[in-house]
Amino acid sequence: MRDSRRTRHLLVISLVSALALAIVPLPDAVAPYRPDWVALVLIFWGLMAPERIGLLTAFAMGLALDTLNGALLGQHALAMVTVVYLSVRFHLRIRVFPIWQLSVCVVFLLCLYEFILFWIDGVAGRTVPTIERWAPVVSGALVWPFILVYLASVRRDTQTRV
Amino acid sequence: MNAVGGNGGNLGRGNVPLGLRFLLIAIVSGSLMLLDHREEHLSRIRQAFSVIVYPIQAAVDLPFSGWRLASRALTDQSALLEENERLKSDRLRVDVRLQRLAALEAENDRLRAMLDSSARVNDRVLGVQILAVDLDPYRQRFTIDRGLNDGVYVGQALLDANGVVGQIVRVELFTSEAVLISDADHAIPVSVNRNGLRTIVVGTGDSTRLRLPYLTNSADIEKGDLLVSSGLGGVFPSGYPVGRVLEVLRRPGQAFAEVIAEPAAQLDRDREVLLVWTAEDEVEGRTSASVAEAP
Repeated sequence: MRDSRRTRHLLVISLVSALALAIVPLPDAVAPYRPDWVALVLIFWGLMAPERIGLLTAFAMGLALDTLNGALLGQHALAMVTVVYLSVRFHLRIRVFPIWQLSVCVVFLLCLYEFILFWIDGVAGRTVPTIERWAPVVSGALVWPFILVYLASVRRDTQTRV
Repeated sequence: MNAVGGNGGNLGRGNVPLGLRFLLIAIVSGSLMLLDHREEHLSRIRQAFSVIVYPIQAAVDLPFSGWRLASRALTDQSALLEENERLKSDRLRVDVRLQRLAALEAENDRLRAMLDSSARVNDRVLGVQILAVDLDPYRQRFTIDRGLNDGVYVGQALLDANGVVGQIVRVELFTSEAVLISDADHAIPVSVNRNGLRTIVVGTGDSTRLRLPYLTNSADIEKGDLLVSSGLGGVFPSGYPVGRVLEVLRRPGQAFAEVIAEPAAQLDRDREVLLVWTAEDEVEGRTSASVAEAP
C-alpha cells in the first residue's frame, strides 16, 4: 500500500498549502480576488478521491479557516461541508464530464460556497460589500483547471493503477 | 479516471449514510456559529484551535520576517551612517520639544492638583509586530504577534507614531486580532482639539477615510481640525490624535453635516504598532511584568 500512503501525503500537503495560501498577504488591490484555495482543493479531492476525504475533514478544514480568518466559528465550516458533501455525493456523475462541464460544476459549487458565507455574514449583521463577494468565484474558476491538471498529474505519478 | 471500487453510494466510515452525516455536521456548525455570535462562549475552544493553526501563521509570516532580518543584516555601512545621522538630528529636535513638554506637564499637574482633579499618569506601551497574514479582505483587521501570554486584553488600544490605530477584538495564546479605526463596524469617541467639541468617528471600510456622522449643520467644525481621542467610553486613552478633518459639507436641507476625516496613523503602511496599557488598567493590575515603561 505504498502508493496509497503517498496519495495521503499529497492530500495532507495540498490541504496545508491551501490553508497557507489562504492567508498569504496580498496587495490590497488584488486581495478580494484571492481564490478559495481550500474549497478548490477539497472539491478536487471530493470529486477524484471521495474515499479519502470525509465530511469531517472538510469540517476540520473549515474550522481551521475560520480561526485563521477571524470569521465566525463554523461559517467556513458549514460552507465547506456543504460543498464537499455535494461533490462527494455526485462525484460519479460529475467527474465523467468533459473538462469544461466539470469546470461549470465547480463554478456552481464555488457560487454556493460564497453564497453561504455571504448569507451568514448577513444574518450575523456584518457589513460586507456585495459585488466584491463574487470576485473569488471568478478567480477560482480561472485557477481550477490548473489545480485539476496539476494535482491529477502528481497523483497519477503516485498511483500505478490509473 | 478509475471508478471508486467497492462501496459505491455509502462511502465509508461506519453505517451512517452520507446525507445524515452531512446533516449532523451542518447542525453542529450552525450551533457553533450561534454560540460564537453570542461572544465569549467559545473563547476557550477558539484559543485551542488557534494554537493548532499557529504553525501555519508562523510559516506564512516567516519569509517576510526573514526578509526583514536579512535586509537588516545586509544594509551597507553608508546607508547605516546616513540613517544614523538622520536619527540623531531627529532626536535632537524631539528632545528640544520634550524639554518644553516636561515643563508643561509639571505645570499641568500643579494646576490639576489645585483643581483637585486626579493627576494624569503616563500610559505604558509595548511595541509589537503585525504578522504578515491576511484576514477577511472585506474587513479592516490584522493579527499581531502578542497574545494572552503578554497580558494583552480585549479592548486594548493600539497606537503608532502618529496616532490611534485600532483596538484588540480577540486574544489568543500567542497572537491577537485587532480592528482598525477605519473598519466599517468601528467607532471611536473623539473631541475636536481646537474647541473640545465631542463627537464620534466612524470607520468607512477605506483605510484613508473616516466619517463623523453625528455633527449637526451648526456644529463648530472646520477643515483641518485635529481630532483627538476623548477617552470617553473607556477603551482608548485620551489625548492621542485620531485624524484631521478633510472636508465639511453642510447641506441646508439636512439636519446633519457630512464630515470626512483622514486618519492620523498610517493605517495601511504600519508594520509595527504600540500596545497601550492605560493608567486605569494599571490600577486594576491587568498588566504583565514584561511591559516596557514609556519614556
